[in-house]
Amino acid sequence: MPRSPMAAPRSFLWTRRVLLTLLTGFVLLPVYVMVSSSLKPLADVSGSFRWLPSGLTVRPYIDIWSTVPLAKYFVNSLIVSVSATLCSVAVAVFAAYAVSRHDFRGKRVFTVTVLSTQMFPGILFLLPLFLLYVNIGNATGIALFGSRGGLILTYLTFSLPFSIWMLIGYFDSVPRDLDEAALVDGCGPLGALLRIVVPAAVPGIVAVAVYAFMTAWGEVLFASVMTNDTTRTLAVGLQGYSTLYDVYWNQIMAASLVVSVPVVAGFLLLQRYLVTGLTAGAVK
Amino acid sequence: MRSTRAAAVGAATLSLALAVSACGGGTSTGGGSDASPKTLTYWASNQGASIAVDKQVLQPELEKFQRQTGIKVKLEVVPWSDLLNRILTAATSGQGPDVLNIGNTWSASLQATGALLPWDAKNFARIGGKDRFAASALASTGAPGKDPAAVPLYSMAYALYYNKKIFADAGLTRPPATWAELVADGRKIRQRGKQALGAEGSNPSENIHHVFVLAKQHGADFFTPDGRPDFTNDGAVAAVKQYVDLMAKDKVVPPGNAEYAQNQSVSDFAKGRTAMLLWQSAAANLKSQGMKESDYGVAPVPVQSGSPGTGTQVNSMAAGINIAVFKNTHNLDGATRFVKFMTGDAEQKILNKAYSSIPPVTSAQSDPAFAAPATAVLRDTLARSAAALPQVVDESQFETAVGTAVKELFADAAAGRAVTTASVKARLQKAQQQMPAK
Amino acid sequence: MTTTVETGKSAVSHSSPGAAAPGPRRTGRLRRGSLPYLLLLPALALELLVHLVPMVIGITMSFKELTQFYLRDWGAAPWSGIGNYRVSVDFDAPVGRALLHSFLVTCGFTVLSVGLCWLIGTAAAICMQDAFRGRGLLRALFLVPYALPVYAAVITWVFMFQHDNGLVNHVLHDQLHLTGKPSFWLIGDNSFVALLVVSVWKGWPFAFLIVMAGLQTIPRELYEAAALDGAGVWQQIRRITLPSLRSVNQVLVLVLFLWTFNDFNTPYVMFGKAAPEAADLISVHIYQASFVTWNFGTGSAMSVLLLLFLLVVTGVYLALTSRGRRAADA
Repeated sequence: MPRSPMAAPRSFLWTRRVLLTLLTGFVLLPVYVMVSSSLKPLADVSGSFRWLPSGLTVRPYIDIWSTVPLAKYFVNSLIVSVSATLCSVAVAVFAAYAVSRHDFRGKRVFTVTVLSTQMFPGILFLLPLFLLYVNIGNATGIALFGSRGGLILTYLTFSLPFSIWMLIGYFDSVPRDLDEAALVDGCGPLGALLRIVVPAAVPGIVAVAVYAFMTAWGEVLFASVMTNDTTRTLAVGLQGYSTLYDVYWNQIMAASLVVSVPVVAGFLLLQRYLVTGLTAGAVK
Repeated sequence: MRSTRAAAVGAATLSLALAVSACGGGTSTGGGSDASPKTLTYWASNQGASIAVDKQVLQPELEKFQRQTGIKVKLEVVPWSDLLNRILTAATSGQGPDVLNIGNTWSASLQATGALLPWDAKNFARIGGKDRFAASALASTGAPGKDPAAVPLYSMAYALYYNKKIFADAGLTRPPATWAELVADGRKIRQRGKQALGAEGSNPSENIHHVFVLAKQHGADFFTPDGRPDFTNDGAVAAVKQYVDLMAKDKVVPPGNAEYAQNQSVSDFAKGRTAMLLWQSAAANLKSQGMKESDYGVAPVPVQSGSPGTGTQVNSMAAGINIAVFKNTHNLDGATRFVKFMTGDAEQKILNKAYSSIPPVTSAQSDPAFAAPATAVLRDTLARSAAALPQVVDESQFETAVGTAVKELFADAAAGRAVTTASVKARLQKAQQQMPAK
Repeated sequence: MTTTVETGKSAVSHSSPGAAAPGPRRTGRLRRGSLPYLLLLPALALELLVHLVPMVIGITMSFKELTQFYLRDWGAAPWSGIGNYRVSVDFDAPVGRALLHSFLVTCGFTVLSVGLCWLIGTAAAICMQDAFRGRGLLRALFLVPYALPVYAAVITWVFMFQHDNGLVNHVLHDQLHLTGKPSFWLIGDNSFVALLVVSVWKGWPFAFLIVMAGLQTIPRELYEAAALDGAGVWQQIRRITLPSLRSVNQVLVLVLFLWTFNDFNTPYVMFGKAAPEAADLISVHIYQASFVTWNFGTGSAMSVLLLLFLLVVTGVYLALTSRGRRAADA
């Protein structure tokens, strides 16, 4: 919401100009390095830094696919992140709806517990979780360890606390009269949720989905222990470019860029939702 | 209302089911716990230029094994950054591969977990006997007095790689044989505007390998004979100081190398920026970076005086990779046959040639490929003047604690802070205190 | 810790009368005995599986002597009572002292990082409150660091921070001649600065996003009234914008604090398994204590201590800020 239309004083305009310029530089610097280095020959990136490449080459973009099975990691990351996001949003919507629209015994205990898991240091339950998955696997035959399934379960739970908390806030801002009207019209509580509340909460849900996706896409610690050759994700797989022999900086940069572009593009497309979603969800 | 409730139950369980099974695509490759006698899972370490290269090298051999025995080997090349963690988690859960490669310095540590099959006389008999392996390689397969936890697969040794052209330009006719000569040569090389010696200052393992050898040359060890840490004895302190002084006092190692941890020093050497490099079996590595074999010479690592040998004349650790069988394997017979295959003469020649390492199997060493001048240096070093890193249970902690201490000392040296006997001793003291209490 | 237990207890006593008699909210029609529980079931099951049960196992481990000798059958590992805890908090001994050092480094790092993220994020959001040409583009641009996958972003910074060939030294030393000789950023004391820069670079867009969202909830009339009273832009920011962001900040700072304090990905990708002393963040320190030295018992004890600390800080923080808010509202 803009401030009063009164003309801003010079001092403010200049401060703004300087600040925004500096920030733009700060943000863009690594992006520039990433893009320009990815187009440099190996000799350029392993010698002294130079702003402009001595010659442009797309070689790194061809090589990245063979140095490391990048395509496979990409598919793995995509499957894991998308499934984790979908499941996380579904689970969070149900839970947030229950908390937002119902009174029940243990409600505060539930919300406090779920939120406090946000502060668990990952390292505390890395090994236990791993043991648990293995034991479940041995007892039931459901392969959680080393499979994409186990990783999906893990990541979707990582993003749950923040997602549930955001959506509670968002659902609270959707007028109750709307779903009560739907109930009067003969919808069940679930009908009210799916037909009224969810559509009204799209920005919040998108914001949560973006958050869940990014949590899963970038995670390193659990992925490094819980995946193997066939299920390795990008975040871990990218380390393959610094091999025993040499660090292929130009390939690392090219691969980083290839990995980032879809995420950044999606993120920017959805950013409008993000601001509105956060406005009602986290900020109310 | 019944139907709504049913719908709610449905939705709730559905989302859970979704969560559990959306994932069904994931394959279970936990590995060896399948009681199937016709398959094996093998974790190979990353020996080649990249994981892809390793697969190219190993896959045809695994197919050969399958043709011979009918056993299919599922290969996974595990990057070094993950290998120890993967083995640890496999040991904890009992769910791991059937056969795996381990760094030979980990042997005693992993032996203590009890996760690896002990190689007693009976097991050794099944792969052709203990006598087939070189004694120096067998020394790095587990704690002394216990049945080995693994079998040597590839052996490697450190050598001094030097750039012939830079040496000629500096008027040097032969590589240095002692550290004093190395420092003196380094000065001349620096006067010609080139860097003298490369080092991986931020890589704890590399640091350990060098200070271990230097300690030997000072007649010292980092552990007492009964296996207790003894990092602050005069010899150990002098060794660490001598190594760090290559940068701090002698200035032959450029300060920038203090932050090297990803083999940048090898790249520097391959690109002709540094004149010398102390490395283990670097030939394949240098070749992959475009350095011709005729451009560099290979010489034994320097000693304090005299020529390499045993005792204080040791000039390399006995480096290498061992192959081990995971105790939980359900296909013990197949796993042993696979180890026999990999340590057989034919495979030993093929694989060690591919990785420019030396076969730990003595009968395979006679192949002419290992008698070429460059490889002969490595072979002779292994045979005459290499020593095994201490085979103690806490080897992993030792590498971390002392290796990091050396890294911090390099950081001091690079920042221009003084590295004194006192400061070295203080760091080592701290490292020793971090070792598990006995 | 006590704070949370109390909140938990008061929550139970609070909600039981709520269940017996209609609560303050109008929920009559929607309340159906088991429905909310069914809706919560998936979330609950997942939290149990991935967070709570493993945490209990982790706490159990912290009371065991879990070294490599017992890894294969950790159930058989001997109980060590509070031995692991005693080792962790014995600040006269090296392990405890190292942990304390790492803890203090992490505290300093977190305070600076959260402070800078908040400051930059808020300043940028306020600057971009009014429409101007290129605002949409800038906003998209500013969100890029947040959207980049951690590994890609951090490894690029590592590339830039190299001693010999990095951009940072190229600019500071070769081009601007600010330093007498090239500095080390990835080892030694400067590594703290490098880590902080990367952390702020990655973190401030989140603050920016949240504050931007918060600004949208400030009613326009407030500014108009202030303008009528003759308040300039600077005064409007001080009297209206910043006070209105109070509740947003309460949440934002807490979330940033928890994320920064527990962040593992950034330091791990930057420094690997052996971080320099100056940048020895606690998450990597504990990782090293458990995975590199194979002492999972001590590692777990350290994690539990960390968790307790975070619970206390969060509890105290929430208690203080809520009281402050109530006082301000009253």
